[in-house]
Amino acid sequence: MKLFTSIIALAALAVTAVAKDVELLNVSYDPTRELYVEYNKAFIKHWKEKTGQTITIKQSHGGSGKQARSIIDGLQADVATLALAGDIDALHENAKLIPADWSTRLPLNSAPYTSTIVFLVRSGNPHNIKDWDDLAKPGISVITPNPKTSGGAQWNYLAAWEYARRKYGSDDAAKEFVRKIYKNVPVLDSGARGSTTTFVQRGVGDVFISWENEAFLALKEFGSDKFEIIVPSLSILAQPSVTVVDRVVKKKGTAEIAKAYLEYLYSDEGQEIAARNFYRPTSEKIAAKFADSFPKVELFTIDDAFGGWTKAKKVHFSDGGTFDQIYAK
Amino acid sequence: MPLLRKERSALPGLNLSLGFTLFYLGLIVLVPLSAAFLKTSGMTWNDFISAVTSQRVLASYRITFLASFAAASVNCVFGLLTAWVLVRYTFPGRRLVDALVDLPFALPTAVAGIALTAIYAKNGWVGQFVDPDGAHRLLPHGIKIAFSEIGIFVALTFIGLPFVVRTVQPVLEELEPELEEASASLGANRWQTITRVILPQLFPALLTGFALSFARALGEYGSVVFISGNMPMKTEITPLLIITQLEQYQYAHATAIAVVMLIASFTLLLLINLLQKWSRRYHRV
Repeated sequence: MKLFTSIIALAALAVTAVAKDVELLNVSYDPTRELYVEYNKAFIKHWKEKTGQTITIKQSHGGSGKQARSIIDGLQADVATLALAGDIDALHENAKLIPADWSTRLPLNSAPYTSTIVFLVRSGNPHNIKDWDDLAKPGISVITPNPKTSGGAQWNYLAAWEYARRKYGSDDAAKEFVRKIYKNVPVLDSGARGSTTTFVQRGVGDVFISWENEAFLALKEFGSDKFEIIVPSLSILAQPSVTVVDRVVKKKGTAEIAKAYLEYLYSDEGQEIAARNFYRPTSEKIAAKFADSFPKVELFTIDDAFGGWTKAKKVHFSDGGTFDQIYAK
Repeated sequence: MPLLRKERSALPGLNLSLGFTLFYLGLIVLVPLSAAFLKTSGMTWNDFISAVTSQRVLASYRITFLASFAAASVNCVFGLLTAWVLVRYTFPGRRLVDALVDLPFALPTAVAGIALTAIYAKNGWVGQFVDPDGAHRLLPHGIKIAFSEIGIFVALTFIGLPFVVRTVQPVLEELEPELEEASASLGANRWQTITRVILPQLFPALLTGFALSFARALGEYGSVVFISGNMPMKTEITPLLIITQLEQYQYAHATAIAVVMLIASFTLLLLINLLQKWSRRYHRV
């Protein structure tokens, strides 16, 4: 009996200890792991200096869609920092965890840093790949994940689509162009990291359509003598979006810190950390400072070209959408 | 009420143990399964039909069932052989080999998938000799194993092997060599001894092994997605399509496909059980 009461007492102690220390959970997608390790350290220091309060921040990473589903199914995320606005929309549509106008609550559509899609080729660029057209040529082997399961792959798909629509003038021509590219795809991994493995470790494919930050990371990790980054003439402005998960912070009482955590991403320090981790900063001052690190490329946004994520997802990636059509016989 | 009078079992504790069994089965097996059926019951019949019969889903049933069937069949042949060697011969390292058979049980399937892909990809240990793009290709045209239908078959064979070996092994151990000697002394040649004496006794166990290995292969996800290449209409397995539907927040569609898989597997297992029962009776007479 004594043992039992002491266990209860210990448990009660543990609970009060947790209540005093504030803990945030940031649920993010795969390639931001290194970014948030660095950013969390900076924010903890910043918050301590500003308020004297000590906080701990936990990170969770995985495929963007899967992470959104975990939050919907009850993962207690204070903030969600996902690969695309569409996955954050799902938090509203499927579980009403956040209001519909979430993206207006922070500057720049709640996208503090951006990225784009580039090509990674083997050293020396043996197939002389320069632009999207080269990916549709017969005999070229292209690696990209499955857009049905990977957020990154949806950016790839839409970038190719818009390039062809501008060049050849119609959606039908764009579909034909994308069909040709996917004919050259020998493996559709379920996520971006899986595709990186297929291209880098298994040696499959001539060109890998990749997040810019993943491509830089591959160069850093495996050596710039093995791979080269090729920047196409037109690409998509990828806007990984962030939001506070209202229902969770209300329950945990962390609304204020969670909001400050995301706002600090827009500060000079937050922007510099993003840039150092190969994400394009949105602050003009920091962007100018890192101008040499990021190749110049003409970018279009998903809102301008496709009328937003909800529409793009419905037309291209839902059941029977264009992605299913290009594989149908 | 003479009709309802219970026949008393000779063993005590039937009520208690039966109650416990039903409760346990209900909690562990039936409740999760019924959730799948409940989730789909919200769909209209037309929605359900179109979800489970779209072209891509049909193609995935085909590859999933064919590859699982092929893998289970091959496992029957080589699993029997392995069990035979392990039971009938003594050789140095036999215990080690015996333990090796269980490895596919213990290995996380994702690890198995990644390992198999690394071996059979064009720059892998085996892949470099057989892949069409391998550096040391031996065959004139090569065979694509990783990222093809054959890759799925290889992964399913790997995970299914222990099921056959472990079901056949105990039956083989009980098999008396005297029966074979008797058959030989009565003038049967070796082939006749195998087909008339040994195989009929092993048949029920082999069927069970086949059913287990086949059922396991139907639901396998972790190892296959790494080696199959996941090409729509070609190498996309049904469990992957279920995950794909979940990614699109189409919970009802995902469970609809799952329900079809469940019904199909259950019917097949039931048929195999009946076949087994029949074969037991047939061979005993």
